[in-house]
Amino acid sequence: MRLANSLRELLRYPSAVAGMIIILVLAAISIYAPIAIPYDKAIELWRGSEQTWYRNPKYASPEWINYFRSEKLAKSIALSTAEGTATKEIVTDDKGSSTITMTFPFEYTANVFPQEMILYFKADYKEKKPYVSATWLTPDGREIRLGDFSVDKSQSLWFSQDPKIKLRLGGLDAQEGLFVDNPRAETRNLLNGQYMVKVVAITFEPDTDLDVEFVLHGQVAGWAGTDHLRRDLGIALLWGTPVALAFGLVASLLTTFAHMAIAAAGVWFGGWLDELIQRITEIFLVLPFLPILIMIGTFYSRSIIVIFGAVILLSLFGGSIKSLRATFLQIKEAPYIEAARAYGAGNGRIIFLYIIPRLIPLLVPALVAAIPGYVFLEASLAVLGLGDPVLPTWGKVINDASANGALYKGLYYWVLQPSIFLMIAGLAFAMLGFSLDRIFNPRLRGI
Amino acid sequence: MSEASDALSVQKEISRKATMATIARISRYTALRVVTLFITIVIGMYLTILIANMGGYVDEIRRGEIREGVQQRVLTDQTLRQLSAEERAKRQEEMIRIEEKRYGLDRPFALRSMGFLADALSLNLGRSLNVTSASGSRQVRLILLERLPTTLMLFGTVNFILFFVDIFIALSLSRHYGSWLDKFFVAMSPTSSAPGWFYGIFLILIFAGLLRWLPYGGLVDVPPPDNKVDYFLSMLKHMILPTMAITISSIFASVYNWRTFFLIYSSEDYVDVAKAKGLSARDIENRYILRPTMPNIVTSFAFFLIAAWTGAPIFETVFMWPGLGRVIYQATGLYDTPVILGSTVIYAYLLAITVFLLDFIYAIVDPRVKVGG
Repeated sequence: MRLANSLRELLRYPSAVAGMIIILVLAAISIYAPIAIPYDKAIELWRGSEQTWYRNPKYASPEWINYFRSEKLAKSIALSTAEGTATKEIVTDDKGSSTITMTFPFEYTANVFPQEMILYFKADYKEKKPYVSATWLTPDGREIRLGDFSVDKSQSLWFSQDPKIKLRLGGLDAQEGLFVDNPRAETRNLLNGQYMVKVVAITFEPDTDLDVEFVLHGQVAGWAGTDHLRRDLGIALLWGTPVALAFGLVASLLTTFAHMAIAAAGVWFGGWLDELIQRITEIFLVLPFLPILIMIGTFYSRSIIVIFGAVILLSLFGGSIKSLRATFLQIKEAPYIEAARAYGAGNGRIIFLYIIPRLIPLLVPALVAAIPGYVFLEASLAVLGLGDPVLPTWGKVINDASANGALYKGLYYWVLQPSIFLMIAGLAFAMLGFSLDRIFNPRLRGI
Repeated sequence: MSEASDALSVQKEISRKATMATIARISRYTALRVVTLFITIVIGMYLTILIANMGGYVDEIRRGEIREGVQQRVLTDQTLRQLSAEERAKRQEEMIRIEEKRYGLDRPFALRSMGFLADALSLNLGRSLNVTSASGSRQVRLILLERLPTTLMLFGTVNFILFFVDIFIALSLSRHYGSWLDKFFVAMSPTSSAPGWFYGIFLILIFAGLLRWLPYGGLVDVPPPDNKVDYFLSMLKHMILPTMAITISSIFASVYNWRTFFLIYSSEDYVDVAKAKGLSARDIENRYILRPTMPNIVTSFAFFLIAAWTGAPIFETVFMWPGLGRVIYQATGLYDTPVILGSTVIYAYLLAITVFLLDFIYAIVDPRVKVGG
């Protein structure tokens, strides 16, 4: 009944409502992330190298940046015959050789030239290499020869690094020359519209197969952009949510309950135990928290479990024990507890029916308000380079960004996106905790 | 006449006695706190050593140091030069063994750790592996003590000024309760859940990256100005962003907390009585509101300072501030164990000194502090 009342009261605080909505959204993301990208897959992707991420350009901005620009940046494109995103037609003649025609059509709408275009060939043959000829078709119907050559089992053609393409474009770089109306003219205009790469391969053996992938590196990729390893930051931002929430929530739950239990034990039993708990609290106050965590991270393990355990152990005797103790002493001496004793109530009845209900108003705001601290602590450790080596987290993205000079190079999205996630998560819990404190703490009412 | 002067002298005597009693009270309290805090530091430091040596790291540092020292001696010893290489190596091993025994490395850890504890307490921190001080020394103590002033300067001055600014704002808000500024501070207080470094990133992005008004970080310009005045000005310029970051991350919550405190205390009966007596608002604030809330404010300031010290490694890393915290970060990157250990020790001292100083202030501002009670 009281809880229902409190909840109703909570809805009167706009900041509490906003906080709760954000928390719900974050919780939804936390549920969605492991479903969309299972843990193993996420780790594999995050630790993946050039092999996994060759389709993405380095340092690509997120795609949403185009909404704020009049000059639209090029989206990255990847079309593959193996994945069915490009057409592939095989015409076999009676001698066992065949002609494979592959087309890679794409719409180019950007106002700037792309960074790079690459054709990846994967051929499956016994002795005779297939022979391919690649052509570039522009929207205005011109055909530009990209190259004729025989391909190995695995080969790639980087347009910008091919001198022959450059020569055919009158000395213009391929990224530019292939997208203008007239490469040899003084004033050139970028042509938007339907482009196509056409690859025709001739194979000389019956079982020869060829798969080709066309990759265009634009300036933007994915909803979150990419980093120095071409990784999609979206994975880290998505997966950072459950990690941050879990870290903050569990750490806050454990420490808040531990503080309460320790303070309660001290007050309940009194005497030397109370004294001892107070002295230990003072010792913990002078223990250098972050340096010890750094030490543990450097010497032993950076695994999030180990660091988490150390955080819990080091915050076991936190400063809040002192204020809790004062409140508990008040409760213990309260007349109604004495009255309960007088009518013969047992310890269990007193603790569960009379003391714990009095603690909830203390416990809930403290619990919620402590969460942002732990969320930011996890990020802080990651920014110091002590993040979990395998797990993608927000703090690790910030760490990568600052290690690669994102702020100097103007790659603001790299720092801003994880920071905004952190900020939103921290603020949501702080706002909720703040409102809860005002509701449950009668002295703050009306102030 | 004589009676009157007698009465006067008695009164003087009483007030002198009262002063003496106050001094005695505070000094007794101080002495007791020094002793208890020292014991606290010793235990805290011992815990730190235990954590550090769980994998035998302190031992390794010591062994490495002994080996280096012995090698130096063997190399420079004229009499040993005539010996063959093998014999010299044998001699060296022998000397290392003796040295290790001398340092007690063959004794059980319980005994050995006491030696480490004594070393740590006397700041005998050994030599670093890679990190050097500005003067090129590898003495960990020198490296750390050289960095200490910059850290103290940044966090000390900023927090000290902020402390008074916070109280001033909080008092004026409690006077103008319900004004738009008051509401603004209340609404903004959840933003203080983010640490200073976090706002630092945003500030660097705006003021250094986009606007290019202020430097990205560091202590002074590169190259450092020759002129002392220019040097100082350059340093001030580099302190603007860190100061802003600390301010933004702390001001709203502390002003909110203290304002609430002042409001609670200004609804006490004795404040109403003081108002009824016709005392000036200033007197009421100083005597009836600030005085009783001062201990609480000092305590929360202590916690805040401790949090600031502890957060220094990351804050200084973001701003490339060459302080104690940044040394830890550098040492972490280089796996320089003696420096990491040493800075942990210095940190423990710093925290203890902070606690002690604030305890002392607490004793002065709170007449209810009882010694031995």
